[in-house]
Amino acid sequence: MARGADTPAVRLLGIRRAYGNVVAIAGIDLDIAEGEFFTLLGPSGSGKTTTLRVIAGFERPDAGRVELQGVDVTRTAPSERAVNTVFQDYALFPHMTVLENVEYGLRVKGVPRRERRERALEVLERVRLPGLGSRKPTQLSGGQRQRVALARAIVNGPPVLLLDEPLGALDLKLRQEMQVFLKELQRELGITFVYVTHDQEEALTMSDRLAVFNEGRIEQVGAPAEVYEHPRSEFVAGFVGVSNVLERGGRRFTIRPEKIHMVEEEATLPSGHEIEAGRVRDVVYVGMVTRYVVELDAGGELAVVVQNLETSSQEALEARGKRVRLGWRPEHTFEITPHKEESEQ
Amino acid sequence: MQPGRPLRAARLYLTGVFWRHRWGKGLVLLAPPLLAFALVYLASLAALFVSSFWTVNPFTTEIEHHWTLDNFRTIFESSAYRTIALRTIGIAAAVTVTDAILAFPLGYFMARLARPRTRAFLFVAVLLPLWSSYLIRVYIWRLILDQNGVLNWTLRQLGLGPLHLAYSNWAVWIVFSYVWLPFMVLPVYGALERIPESLLEASRDLGARGFETFRRIVLPLALPGVVAGSIFTFSLTLGDYVTPMLAGGSSSQFIGNVVYSSVGISNNVPFAAAFATIPLAVMAVYLLIARKLGAFEAM
Repeated sequence: MARGADTPAVRLLGIRRAYGNVVAIAGIDLDIAEGEFFTLLGPSGSGKTTTLRVIAGFERPDAGRVELQGVDVTRTAPSERAVNTVFQDYALFPHMTVLENVEYGLRVKGVPRRERRERALEVLERVRLPGLGSRKPTQLSGGQRQRVALARAIVNGPPVLLLDEPLGALDLKLRQEMQVFLKELQRELGITFVYVTHDQEEALTMSDRLAVFNEGRIEQVGAPAEVYEHPRSEFVAGFVGVSNVLERGGRRFTIRPEKIHMVEEEATLPSGHEIEAGRVRDVVYVGMVTRYVVELDAGGELAVVVQNLETSSQEALEARGKRVRLGWRPEHTFEITPHKEESEQ
Repeated sequence: MQPGRPLRAARLYLTGVFWRHRWGKGLVLLAPPLLAFALVYLASLAALFVSSFWTVNPFTTEIEHHWTLDNFRTIFESSAYRTIALRTIGIAAAVTVTDAILAFPLGYFMARLARPRTRAFLFVAVLLPLWSSYLIRVYIWRLILDQNGVLNWTLRQLGLGPLHLAYSNWAVWIVFSYVWLPFMVLPVYGALERIPESLLEASRDLGARGFETFRRIVLPLALPGVVAGSIFTFSLTLGDYVTPMLAGGSSSQFIGNVVYSSVGISNNVPFAAAFATIPLAVMAVYLLIARKLGAFEAM
């Protein structure tokens, strides 16, 4: 089959998957480009992991087609697909050493002993685990296991790497380090990463593009900035960032909390702002910023994020119950179509 | 001082002792069973071992308490006893292998493929024979394997010649394999069930096909279960004398039958003791190997 420059690395066409009465994927079409860091983002049970498993071949779709590099693999066994997976629980073989784990893919493909050892050691170096080859997986920390799982997958040189919430079990600091590391690795290797996560921040910082999943469907596909600033549905607005949805005159729209100015009742706001009055219902001090929830007189409430440039925590917390005025530029609001809609790129 | 105060102080003290010295708890828990174990079990084993070095005076039939290796010499030098010992160990090994081969696919199906209802049904099917008397199960097999039994009747209907299985080593092997099968299925099932599905997926994901995954992942991870099961099947066969007597007859004597007749008929307890130490020694060696293979982590 011809493989043009614009052949997507992964193409899903009309994928459906149900378990009895439970619909896991309710019809998904998706193109993931060659060399892209693509994230499947959504809450648990939204179908993102099932989609990844369909690409890997662990789940057979009830309907639809899976293509890898333009080749239809819908009926191909996982062992024959040119993808490798980093599992959420790492799935390291407990009876093998780290080195044997990393060599496994090469061994079953019949790569000679010397070559596979060389390549395995090289990859272990690359994931910054030199000298741990003779350990058993149980003797490693969580972060180290995670990197062994990564090494075991990339040593095979797959054109597409699938990652199923690989950082889910790590603590915050390690997770942030690994985010940077994974992004660098993807750039160096130049291969396609398909990354599953429920963490919107992770999705926004790492991805070239992302797809937001909800109830077995894709709500929106786009670059992080686009999805964040122009959420196409109420769900996306709420899941990627904070749901700030207002209804005014039959028009539903969302506005990001950091785009809102908040001033005391008598103070003026720059001209051209839309202005509403309200009362601070709740204050959460989060270090760098303070989050306020403001109840509007005209109905509804908005979350407002203010950087703590000059405000002390004392002052911030005293704002509770005070009357305020909110203002925002009309171009920072985005209209939302009422409820779910079929989405395409 | 209030009444009950010393009691509380004592309680406080004791709690502290048990908290600081964790072995204290273990000691209290284990003392009664350990005592019974030491007295009844180890002492009788020691008595067995010691008496195997005594002899019986053939004229007075009194036990003579002076040390000799005569009993062991008799066992190793007499070809009849050697045959019996080798038959016992050989059939025990054959039964173990047979059960492992039968139990593995069954355990695999139950652990990884069967739906919960099917699995429950298979569990009952595997365990059901254990709820009936051992003796009855052996007698039923006699009815099946008899010259004019169910098996040969069926074969005759199919136009096939009769098999002469009754009262042979074959019969002993078949009956043992049947009666000890549950003891192999359960640990094998347990070991297979503990293998996370994601390991098999990872193997396939890395390019290994079905058989390769089985050989490199499933088999090594389930092996401790197989070894654990084999400890049961091997030792149970090694020590049995009912099945050889009922299904095998006089041509299929086991060590147990010799022990039985030495004690019961010729009243030669020292010789029986000597012969009984052989399965013990074999089992000890077997358990050492099993421990090396990690069997005790799967029990």
